[in-house]
Amino acid sequence: MPVPHILVENIVKTFRIAQRRSGLWGAFQGVLRREYRTIKALDRVSFELAQGELVGYIGPNGAGKSTTVKVLSGILVPDSGRCEVDGRVPWRNRIANAANIGVVFGQRTQLWWDLPVIESFDLLRDIYRIGSGEYERARDELAALMDLEPLYDIPVRQLSLGQRMRCDLAAALLHAPSVLFLDEPTIGLDAVSKLAVRDFIKRLNRERGVTVVLTTHDMDDIEALCERVMVIGHGSILSDSTLDDLRARVTRERRLIIDLLDDGQAIEDPDVDFISRSGNRVHLQFDPDRVQTAALISRITAKYAIKDLYVENPPIEEIISRLYDEHELR
Amino acid sequence: MANPLALYTHYVSISLRSQMQYRVSFILGTMGQLLGTAVEFIGILALFDRFGSLSQWSLAEVAFFYGLVNVAFAVTDMLSRGFDHVGDLVRTGEFDRMLLRPRSTVLQLIGQEFTLKRFGRFFQGGGVLLWSTLYLDIAWSPAVVALTAVTVICGACFFLGLFINIGTLSFWTTETLELMNVLTYGGIEASKYPLAIYRTWFRRFFTMVIPMGCVTYFPILAILGRPDPLGTSLAFQYTAPFFGLLYFVLSLFIWRLGLRHYRSTGS
Repeated sequence: MPVPHILVENIVKTFRIAQRRSGLWGAFQGVLRREYRTIKALDRVSFELAQGELVGYIGPNGAGKSTTVKVLSGILVPDSGRCEVDGRVPWRNRIANAANIGVVFGQRTQLWWDLPVIESFDLLRDIYRIGSGEYERARDELAALMDLEPLYDIPVRQLSLGQRMRCDLAAALLHAPSVLFLDEPTIGLDAVSKLAVRDFIKRLNRERGVTVVLTTHDMDDIEALCERVMVIGHGSILSDSTLDDLRARVTRERRLIIDLLDDGQAIEDPDVDFISRSGNRVHLQFDPDRVQTAALISRITAKYAIKDLYVENPPIEEIISRLYDEHELR
Repeated sequence: MANPLALYTHYVSISLRSQMQYRVSFILGTMGQLLGTAVEFIGILALFDRFGSLSQWSLAEVAFFYGLVNVAFAVTDMLSRGFDHVGDLVRTGEFDRMLLRPRSTVLQLIGQEFTLKRFGRFFQGGGVLLWSTLYLDIAWSPAVVALTAVTVICGACFFLGLFINIGTLSFWTTETLELMNVLTYGGIEASKYPLAIYRTWFRRFFTMVIPMGCVTYFPILAILGRPDPLGTSLAFQYTAPFFGLLYFVLSLFIWRLGLRHYRSTGS
């Protein structure tokens, strides 16, 4: 097996949080004597990523996603455990590691607010010590992929969220990092921008072999981009598998959606459960282990007047939400 | 060395260009600084007009102290603004962005905010300094010229060290650090006057604990060619500024400890 591009082994990270007491007297006591509560942000987290993998990293707020990214990017030093990114221990070689990774936060820009986009790019060239030839090549390539040139002279504060995100993605990639951490890259974007960003991430991963770790709450991002999904909760990895396996493990159920010809009808069958109904459309659920899909469909079409019918997997949101419930993550 | 300097220059030009976007604010800011510092000096003039001298120090001598400290402080002021904001940067998470870049955090903070309006203080201090030399009989030997330059540079480094200290504290506490301004701004104010006029405990504190006196008072005595009422030797007066440099290096070291603390606690 080849050396993993990112190796995380039994990483533990605890935080001490000062307890605040309520009221004026409590605040006064807090000044004199603080009480601390220990929180295990990461509790023996382990995983490996191969070069060129694109993995979705999901979990509820406070589960440990951003702590993981902070450890991998060298901001935080863990209490114990082993970690290597492209052969380097991030917290021991912060600067060398930083030169090799790109990080994008959807909620925050790394561009200079008052300056035209191109000036931020130029400054990043100097910060990352990119040779001028390489810089121009990388910049022009990224600009062509995301149509950035018309934005060059616009101050960042005047960009729309979607334009800004495209520029932020480019800014994180000017120094040709081999690893990219994306934190909620599509948050707040309109549908068109979302698609553009997803498309770009996919191409970056496929064509250039950049290893991508994507944290998001948008399950459409996961479905569109990630084959592999890691779920974290309470500081531990709860699941690490392909999206299909995750689905199969959490629930075998399928959805059966039927458009009836006659809206007065009610569908009754011992093998299906009723979920919801709106107008002529009925949502049902069944377990393919108990009843064969083909058999079920022919039975129902024989019994009822049906205009259209299709079978689909439960939406990924539901899968994740069930997984959270299983682990009492709410 | 050349590369960090190039990056710093780039930071400065960026900073200038974004300030130029708000032209009125920039012009008013510079004028405000110039006027503010001018009024401050008028206060000293008024004092001397009333009392004639301060201990055995003439107006021109005090003006020399005042001018030189202001020039050094103006240089610091152009470099140190980022360290005032470490607390905010930590709170907002922007400090993490600095750690994500392959550069030292100190360099990034120095480059973070170059405030052009501080030129007001620089020119005012320089003006007062030049004016005072007209009335002072300074023997401008090469050694004295060199000492003056060293004093300004070491003074600026020392003041920068103080601001780095304040930034470092933000790693441990996010409370407001008003109290610390006593040490920085208060100390800088105090160093605008000859150390000999202060009480012994005050002098000791600002010589031995925080070497404020070393970067201004002692070398300025040597420049003015005045024997020290406190009795220090000329050799000491010439080497004293380097304690300011030492303090700066020490501050960088403590900054690294603070950074280590931040990176292990994440708060």
